[in-house]
Amino acid sequence: MEVLKYDLLILGSGLAGLRAAIQAAIVSKEKIRIAVISKLHAMRSHSVAAEGGIAGVLYPEATGDSLDLHAYDTVKGSDFLADQDVVELFVRFAPEELKFLDHLGVPWSRTPDGRIAQRMFGGMSIPRTAYAADKTGFFIMSTLYDNVLRFENIDIYHEHMATSLIMENGYVKGFTVLDLKEGVLKVFLGKASIIATGGAARIYGFTTVSSSVTGDGAAMSYRAGIPLKDMEFMQFHPTGIVPSGILITEAARGEGGYLINRSGERFMSRYAPQRMEVAPRDIVARAIVREIQEGRGFIHEESGLGYVHLDLRHLGEEKINTRLPFIRELSKKLINVDPVHEPIPVRPTAHYTMGGIHADTYGHIMFNSTDYVPNLWGAGEAVATSLHGANRLGSNSLAECVVWGRFTGESAARYAENASSSLLEVSSTVEEIFKREEKRLFDQMFKPELNAEDPYIIRQELWRTMDTYVYVFRDEKGLLEAGRIVRDLKDRFSRVRVDDKSRKYNMNLKEVIELGNMLDIAEVVIVSALARTESRGAHYRTDYPKRDDVNWLKHTLAYYTPEGPRLDYIPVRITRWKPEERKY
Amino acid sequence: MTARSEMLIQESKLGLKTLTIKIKRYDPEKNRFRTSIYRMEVSRYDTVLDVLLKIVRTNDHTLSVRYSCRMGICGSCGMTINGKPRLACMTNAISLGEKIEIEPLRNFPPVKDLVVDLEPLFHKHKQVKPWLIRKDFEEQFNPKKEYLQKPEEVDRYRIFSMCIKCGICMAACPTVASNPRFLGPQPLSQAYRWIADSRDEGGLVRLEIVDSQDGVFGCHFAGACSASCPKNVDPALAIQFLRRLVMRR
Ligand SMILES: Cc1cc2nc3c(=O)[nH]c(=O)nc-3n(C[C@H](O)[C@H](O)[C@H](O)COP(=O)(O)OP(=O)(O)OC[C@H]3O[C@@H](n4cnc5c(N)ncnc54)[C@H](O)[C@@H]3O)c2cc1C
Ligand code: SF4
Ligand code: FES
Repeated sequence: MEVLKYDLLILGSGLAGLRAAIQAAIVSKEKIRIAVISKLHAMRSHSVAAEGGIAGVLYPEATGDSLDLHAYDTVKGSDFLADQDVVELFVRFAPEELKFLDHLGVPWSRTPDGRIAQRMFGGMSIPRTAYAADKTGFFIMSTLYDNVLRFENIDIYHEHMATSLIMENGYVKGFTVLDLKEGVLKVFLGKASIIATGGAARIYGFTTVSSSVTGDGAAMSYRAGIPLKDMEFMQFHPTGIVPSGILITEAARGEGGYLINRSGERFMSRYAPQRMEVAPRDIVARAIVREIQEGRGFIHEESGLGYVHLDLRHLGEEKINTRLPFIRELSKKLINVDPVHEPIPVRPTAHYTMGGIHADTYGHIMFNSTDYVPNLWGAGEAVATSLHGANRLGSNSLAECVVWGRFTGESAARYAENASSSLLEVSSTVEEIFKREEKRLFDQMFKPELNAEDPYIIRQELWRTMDTYVYVFRDEKGLLEAGRIVRDLKDRFSRVRVDDKSRKYNMNLKEVIELGNMLDIAEVVIVSALARTESRGAHYRTDYPKRDDVNWLKHTLAYYTPEGPRLDYIPVRITRWKPEERKY
Repeated sequence: MTARSEMLIQESKLGLKTLTIKIKRYDPEKNRFRTSIYRMEVSRYDTVLDVLLKIVRTNDHTLSVRYSCRMGICGSCGMTINGKPRLACMTNAISLGEKIEIEPLRNFPPVKDLVVDLEPLFHKHKQVKPWLIRKDFEEQFNPKKEYLQKPEEVDRYRIFSMCIKCGICMAACPTVASNPRFLGPQPLSQAYRWIADSRDEGGLVRLEIVDSQDGVFGCHFAGACSASCPKNVDPALAIQFLRRLVMRR
């Protein structure tokens, strides 16, 4: 058993993980040893895919913007399920972070006088989204990655996949980690840990996210006894390219793009007359699905998917080339459509996980409403600090990643500086968990019984179920059916097989581990959604179409039990903004 | 896109085409390459990555492919496709003709099947100190104000900042093939990217690093890097600029 010991373990190297690593290095004056562990090459994390931009109030004097306005937009966007103390903290630190990123070298798009340019985004009442063309996530990621390299006390473990979280007496000791290149299981022990493993939208087939976004960190935490919060709130981005689901950034509408139905009508006028195409995502997504359901969309010849048109032609070639070059490149290369001359076929696509590992205001991970895991933090899409509530506003997520990357990097580093080194002892629990994992991964999966199940068929079935029953509109009947199917898939998964018998870079094994995580997460999403008999933000129940503040102004917590998730609820923290009807 | 590929996409508009996919794959247990051949039905939108994943799903669960974003931005899926290094997720399958031959990326040690070891690239990349070097250490990490930068100043380094570290230019480079110590197009273009940034003050440090036979003077200007870069980074141009700076130093 190979054991690696560090002061601080950071699981995940997206925007959140890398920002945490840099902050931990800075505040500890490069003294503590830090490991960044990533199942991908660190710089290939899903954050590179973010296109549109990152929110923060930069120039209030010039634009009339204010922190209060950003906070209010976020709370309203969340359909009042955000914790308002969290939102206020967020808007205060986001501008600092944009400047910090500037100081590390992000190639922002600029105004003529050299300041950072900002654009309009859905649900934001003022242009406050900073951007670097339409590759904002990529540019921030590569800048953070490059800057991580300057710190000699940070070690990066590329293509190392955590398979379980090691808990002992309420503390996290570390993780069992599969070195994909060598095909060996290792143990990483840390005095403190940060989970930054990203979202879980890969439980859907039609999705914008990278193949790596399988909810591993959330599933591992859940199985170790930590609750998942608000998992019924899964965001569908209105504009996924048909047939792949790949994203056309909201910036395309922010820059003035139209949504058009089959009769050439700008149908958003019926659903959000004031904000039109830049209304929040949940509203635009429902509008598109309604148009398709009521026969005003198009049908895609090959995939059979319904869609509408995103029309950018009136923006002109020059604007498309300077503001949306990646969008042009993607639609030309992927579907042979040049948006300068033709509209792009789009439909809502699974995009962002508003829920996640239960954490407090500063990203400290909690067992319930009062008890903490003393040495565990979480940042980014993997956790729910309750910033986004029932619906995240576009461009708030990148800012969330860096703000909480900073907070958690700082807190975890301070904790590690003073923590007892007994946390790094190889106890019998560590040995037991390691043995259990080795057996699960290598013995059980490699030597399956006869008639073992094909993981790719199970995955296909999971995708079909989620895309059908747990999509933009839900109801009791569909959710019950989805729950039944997923339980059956979990049962089949217990007899799954890994055909590839080789150790080195065994992609088959990796995808089977991910599938196990996806099934657990999918079940939590379904059970949480079935229980919530109201419509709020991204969670829309056709059988309960109204928001119900009397009964449901509360967060869902889902706990692991062998029979399936057990639900509990905690209140929403409301400080300044009383719930009101959400109109755009 | 070439006229030929345009035509093929038109032709196939109404249905599927069956292609032959020949994959040269590395077997780490036996330390040798072998070839697998598959016949696959392909639709007009399928990329080479889509086809490979369809093979994995329906045909051969043992094939390993490195991929993630499937939208040409993460840099995972570089491989040799019909003799040229490319991103599998940005290469339309049908446009390549009836037969597709796929091999691992050249100039890197193979790990398994189509997966290669890119550590040598990451290591060289780090050598050129690819981060903003400033003297105002305190202000850099505790910013009060943004560093102003005019749009035309951004334009000076923008194309070089597009690099996704896919390694394709390194696979195409004849000098990398013959001299493993040569820094190569990716790290050199990144050295230039940071020097050209008006916010940076580390130019001299980096010029020192690249001023050698394994640095800018190793390059023979074959131009294969720029011709194959999927993000139009133009490493050859960056190396020319760098060389000029080194000579003037
Ligand atoms: C196409 C697209 C466009 C977007 N555009 C925007 C935008 O314009 N603005 C905005 O604010 N937001 C945007 N978002 C959302 C935003 O990109 C994400 O929420 C954010 O990048 C998540 O970052 P993260 O650091 O939490 O996770 P990720 O970037 O997903 O990183 C997760 C990390 O965890 C690692 N990991 C996962 N599981 C394991 C494991 N088992 N073991 C080890 N490592 C593991 C991965 O390797 C990776 O390094 C967009 C999202 C998509 C899909
Ligand atoms: S310069 Fe181009 S080819 Fe080379 S690694 Fe960067 S993106 Fe890839
Ligand atoms: S899969 Fe990301 S570049 Fe191809």
